Amino acid sequence: MSELDLNKKTSEMLANSKANVKNSKKDFTRPEDELREVVAPDGSIIKINPLYDYFSDEKPKEELPRGGVVEKFLNWARAESIWVLGFGTGCGSIEIPPLVTPRFDMFRYGVQMRPTPRQSNAFIISGYLSVKTLKRVIRTYEQMPSPKYILALGSCTINGGMYYDSYSTINRLDKYIPVDVYIAGCMPRPEALLHGFVKLKELIKAGKAEKANEYARNFDEYKANQKKIIKDWNMPDYNW
Amino acid sequence: MKSFIEKLNSKYVLQEVVYQRDDLVFAAIKKENAIDAITYLRDYEDFTHLVLMSCVDWIEDGKYQLLYLLHNPILKNDIGIKVYIDRENPEMVSAHHLWKSIWTYQREMHEAFGIVFPGSPRLKENFVVEGWDEIPFMRRDFDTHEYAEKTYFPRGNRKSNDPAEYMRKKLYPSQPVTAKQRKDDK
Amino acid sequence: MNIYVKLAYTLLGLLIVINWGMLMGATMRKIGARMAGRHGIPFHQPWINLLKNFSTRTTITHGIMYYLGPVFRLSGGVGLFLFMPMVFTGAVDGPWTNFSFEGDLVLILYFQVFGMLGMALGAGEGGHPYSAMGIARGLAQHAAVELPLTLAIVSIAIQYDTLSIYKIVEAQQGSILNWVLFTNPFAAAAIILAMLGALGHSPFNLVKAPNEILIGPATEYEGTYLGFMMTAGAVIHVMEAVLFMNLVFGGANSWLELIVKSFLIYFWSVFVGMVFPRFKIEQSITWFFKVPFVLGVLAILMYSF
Repeated sequence: MSELDLNKKTSEMLANSKANVKNSKKDFTRPEDELREVVAPDGSIIKINPLYDYFSDEKPKEELPRGGVVEKFLNWARAESIWVLGFGTGCGSIEIPPLVTPRFDMFRYGVQMRPTPRQSNAFIISGYLSVKTLKRVIRTYEQMPSPKYILALGSCTINGGMYYDSYSTINRLDKYIPVDVYIAGCMPRPEALLHGFVKLKELIKAGKAEKANEYARNFDEYKANQKKIIKDWNMPDYNW
Repeated sequence: MKSFIEKLNSKYVLQEVVYQRDDLVFAAIKKENAIDAITYLRDYEDFTHLVLMSCVDWIEDGKYQLLYLLHNPILKNDIGIKVYIDRENPEMVSAHHLWKSIWTYQREMHEAFGIVFPGSPRLKENFVVEGWDEIPFMRRDFDTHEYAEKTYFPRGNRKSNDPAEYMRKKLYPSQPVTAKQRKDDK
Repeated sequence: MNIYVKLAYTLLGLLIVINWGMLMGATMRKIGARMAGRHGIPFHQPWINLLKNFSTRTTITHGIMYYLGPVFRLSGGVGLFLFMPMVFTGAVDGPWTNFSFEGDLVLILYFQVFGMLGMALGAGEGGHPYSAMGIARGLAQHAAVELPLTLAIVSIAIQYDTLSIYKIVEAQQGSILNWVLFTNPFAAAAIILAMLGALGHSPFNLVKAPNEILIGPATEYEGTYLGFMMTAGAVIHVMEAVLFMNLVFGGANSWLELIVKSFLIYFWSVFVGMVFPRFKIEQSITWFFKVPFVLGVLAILMYSF
């Protein structure tokens, strides 16, 4: 691709990009994210938009299940091998460590912790979620490979719990990311969390845990909700 | 402690002196003299440790009250220096040169109350919230409930119960109700 | 033997090795769980994990080397298998000797590093800083492991005057006292200690332990790539155990003997891992240079004069 095309493409992308939509009175762009022009060694000028040049901003696609016996078999395998991301988002994450101890032992249900979002397919949102954490949660959730599941732990994810009137924590998690299983309580005991895993297994085996596709289908709606509260949106629209 | 406070009073004019405990005294100092007094306390009177710095919003008086709590590790004494500043134009002399830990406190004050400390390093950086564009959230004229309802999609029909009463009704319905409880129910 | 028959035997052997590797991994995790007083994973968990990883719908690529990383690792494992005589049957072109030939010892040593180098290239293109850190640690430790291992293997080669694994196994037949373990104790000791690093269990698992800097080289790998790497891991674990069995513990006369011996060799590293906590990378490198390296030098000196 010649430089002329590249420049044209960049300017088109800038015109279409949603990141330029202002949700706020203030401008939160960091200096390193600002648009800039760089002079190439041969004298031509290249426009750079750091947020869009380093990342792919392609929207997620629906990856529909193939159906039939094969899909049922694969769903059984997915249900029996749930890899949970080790990311504690709130106070509820204190309920996760007991799961690896002899008393609760989640390994016998095929549940394991994984350290990186690329290798995990279940995400426990543990308790209250502040807007600051929500931003990281969205980034992490979008990096997980599909099919992916979300367990919402605690009352705070359902209606805000005891933080319903706080300026910094969200009330309803399902407005921002799709939730498969809610585990109510403040705090739920580890047994409740294990029951949540069993419930999730039932959903996966029945082929009903397709929330990743729901996220892709209603992508614009979810993004609008997310951008309404994350005012310093300094990341691409979809984080591959 | 009392003699020390009298000595300090002769140097800087102290107001509202409160002897909270044997080893804890609160005193208000004028804004112009405050950092001077804190420097004197740190360098000459061994109050070398900054325990905390906090802020109170006296909205009725139109004032912010800053509190510098200092600790003397030799005599095991604490002194709290209160400083009143104007609420309309909140500005305070920065103390970042005295303790490095005060940078973070001043950053927090700036974000939560909008108080300006000229010259304080990293003052404008985010501390707790990111991308905040309302008035500072710890000010008492900021209605956090209203903001949450407006912003975070509240789930309707939210009900609250008094835990003691709820448990009595739910778990022990057959137990006789005392006169006091009957009065509370009404 | 007809080449096609041999190929069929080799493929069957590979199938056995993959499944045995996964079962062995599950057994060791089960043993670890029982030591902690837990039930632990079911025995069939590795196969389910593999199936799940291959059924992941999203795949993300970072470039060609990113694809090739797991492929290199798997081909490193399969390469180890292809040129390794598995079961001693009395003839060089017997059914389970695979494609063993004169001089395969050198090739096997090369294939041990091959998977690691492939991972280094793949993880480097993944672009995650933690992968780069993991691979730098991995290569540093691998170099420290390879040095005593190579010294000991050269000592064994000098001892039997051959570079063929098959001939080394052949020389150890007859009595248990013919094993290298007794005929060349210094080389055997160096190999048994260096083996801990090669198998990569607890004191020396800083590179790929999930609770260290993420998960090391595999940080960016997911789904099918991870499935490939898990398969490769199963093969490599068995093949390392079989290599040490052939070199030190007199080879195997039947599949049953191979399974028992490789299990015990693998269990040795797991046993050490259960007892000792994890080393930092500089600690483990220092340790490899202090103990196994000195033993390896002694083994060389014994047969040089």
